[in-house]
Amino acid sequence: MFGKKRVAIVGAGVTLFRRNLKETGKELAYHAAKMALEQAGMELRDIQSVVMGSAPDAFDGVHMKGEYLADGAGAYHKPYTRVYVGGGTGVFAPLAGWWHVASGQFDTCLVVCEEKMSSCYPHPQYAFTTIFDPILERPIGMNLIWIFALEMHRYMHKHNIKKEDIALVSVKNKRNALDNPIAQLAANITVEDVLNSEIMAWPVQRLDVSPTSDGAAAAVLVSEDVAKEVTDNPVWIDGVGWCIDSTHWTNRDLYYPDYVEYAARMAYKMAGIKNPPKEIDVAEPYDPFDYKELHHMEGLLLCKKGEAPKLTREGVTQRDGDLPTCPSGGLLGCGNPIAAAGMMKVCEIFWQLRGEAGKRQVPGDPRTGVAQAWGDLMQYGSVIVLRR
Amino acid sequence: MSIKIKHFPGEEIETKDFREGKVLFESFHPKAKYAWSAGIAISRFLEELKNGRIIATTCSKCKRIMVPPRIYCEKCFKPTDGWTYVKDTGVINTFSVSFLAADASRLKEPIVVAIINLDGASEGMGIVHRIEEYGDWREIKIGMRVKAVWKPPEERVGAITDIKYFKPLKE
Amino acid sequence: MSLEKITNPFNARHWIGHMEADYRYTLGVAGERFFKEIKEKGRIMGAKCPVCGLIFVPPRLYCEKCFAKLDEWVDVGKCGYIYTYTIVTIDVDGKKLERPQIYALIKFEGAHGGLIHKIGETDKVCIGMKVEAVFKPPSERKASINDIAYFKPAE
Repeated sequence: MFGKKRVAIVGAGVTLFRRNLKETGKELAYHAAKMALEQAGMELRDIQSVVMGSAPDAFDGVHMKGEYLADGAGAYHKPYTRVYVGGGTGVFAPLAGWWHVASGQFDTCLVVCEEKMSSCYPHPQYAFTTIFDPILERPIGMNLIWIFALEMHRYMHKHNIKKEDIALVSVKNKRNALDNPIAQLAANITVEDVLNSEIMAWPVQRLDVSPTSDGAAAAVLVSEDVAKEVTDNPVWIDGVGWCIDSTHWTNRDLYYPDYVEYAARMAYKMAGIKNPPKEIDVAEPYDPFDYKELHHMEGLLLCKKGEAPKLTREGVTQRDGDLPTCPSGGLLGCGNPIAAAGMMKVCEIFWQLRGEAGKRQVPGDPRTGVAQAWGDLMQYGSVIVLRR
Repeated sequence: MSIKIKHFPGEEIETKDFREGKVLFESFHPKAKYAWSAGIAISRFLEELKNGRIIATTCSKCKRIMVPPRIYCEKCFKPTDGWTYVKDTGVINTFSVSFLAADASRLKEPIVVAIINLDGASEGMGIVHRIEEYGDWREIKIGMRVKAVWKPPEERVGAITDIKYFKPLKE
Repeated sequence: MSLEKITNPFNARHWIGHMEADYRYTLGVAGERFFKEIKEKGRIMGAKCPVCGLIFVPPRLYCEKCFAKLDEWVDVGKCGYIYTYTIVTIDVDGKKLERPQIYALIKFEGAHGGLIHKIGETDKVCIGMKVEAVFKPPSERKASINDIAYFKPAE
């Protein structure tokens, strides 16, 4: 066992994900945090520490956003840590929560992720452009979609992948999202719809992309002793891994995310997983774009390099397939409030393993699940393995 | 999204609700200006661009020639131990044809952006820049050879835009 | 290609730029009600926690101490007292103001928290001094903190 204590998730909560929500960031954090506590059957006073994950301050438009959101996250007069690794935040926050409990310093930790992208007006695009190097990249006129387009193109070129196969991911996830009560963009679309949608930055088209959103998600993490008291059905965090590459994204081959593989290996080693495709029952890789699900499936060692499109074509990643992937509907179907999106995936694995996912439930009594998030300038991977 | 939860909170509003006064809000425009220090490596890089040249740094331990240049090798963490010029020609590693400008507004004529692996640098070492003079964008291919088109010397200021764009090399 | 003479390392370069952004902050569920009361009824409201008994000003959706939902709203009146104050001589851009302006944190009796606002109609204030909100005429109110023009010394 890694760490002094085994750590379990005992409750989770998610708000609606929408393009515009009326609630302030604090109110969103509160809703998710309160729901997670209620689901765990716990009160705020039972919480000894809080971890908040939220991506750039520039989205909500409040400097030191972590501090601003603290009281909504239940952190009043508590030890509090804000973590941020761009899109990787949603899985990194529960990892940081794991440190709090596994170290033995705390028995309970409330992990909250929030994002209110609608405050950035008229579009969060402005906040995204500042991710680029101000001297070498911004003067070129970089738009965030471009880095995805460049990566997608390289991936397609390396493995000779057709757009039709990539579009299948968007079709699958948006359809899965029809069964998700919080989803923003659930729809029944076809591959033709994707291929006919507006070209944004070729090869990226409109239906390849997840939208910007407001939303929050939270979970309660506790030590083994506390888990025994509050639930018969804890879900254990058995593996954590994280890894970063440099911002010299023009210096590496973008067809494969090495840093996701390193994070995955770290988490699998901890969890004692030697054969990921066989031992993992359900997966929630980060899917802000459809090709990213494929890219990340390979980085998570769920299949060989270049093999993910074939598995998708063959239906392996459908809910009733051998490796259900993004049964929640993912970001493509639910929306992408950056940090909350990754946390939503962790919550989804939690509910899947407990058999509480309703219409989205993958059959066959899943026992091991993996969630992954990816962030910054195509450089960061965070991976969590959950087990019942 | 557990079946145990009956209600998911969040009051949805539409973008037009702001215009129509249905939702109350405060506006703010931060006035933040910056003077970013280019640092040791990029200061030299920019100086050399003004001279019409592209410079890289070398790590003798890892045997890498790195562009954009840097004062430390991020792999072995030793200071980079030399400078060397690389060519202003290279190969398209990947590219995108964008109908979106930096502010997300729609463009009639696309912008083509690419990672160009420069000749003389280590394999995979690239910079990002625009491609122009390509004719039909559907003809651009990964692996195509390109060459930098520079601004005339009197217009160069020491910026990445001293290179106007890269154009396909007809061999 | 041979290396040119190494340039002067003291010629460190800068790149000038700015970060473009515009923001629209929703007032939130609690905030919208608070400012609607100010705009339409000229009332300053607080929200009471059913568990702790604290009355929060400005009011909010939840109690930060115990996380209870705050559904009970109360009118805290227009009069408060100066908890602390400062005399400001420069504006947000660093330019000198024509006349110094007093800003204070005004608390309300029985309530937790307070409002930051201008003090008007006097140059002399002290901590503990009773002050009263002066509202703009209804037609000029925009559901903003500036619908209160300033706080003046109360009788």
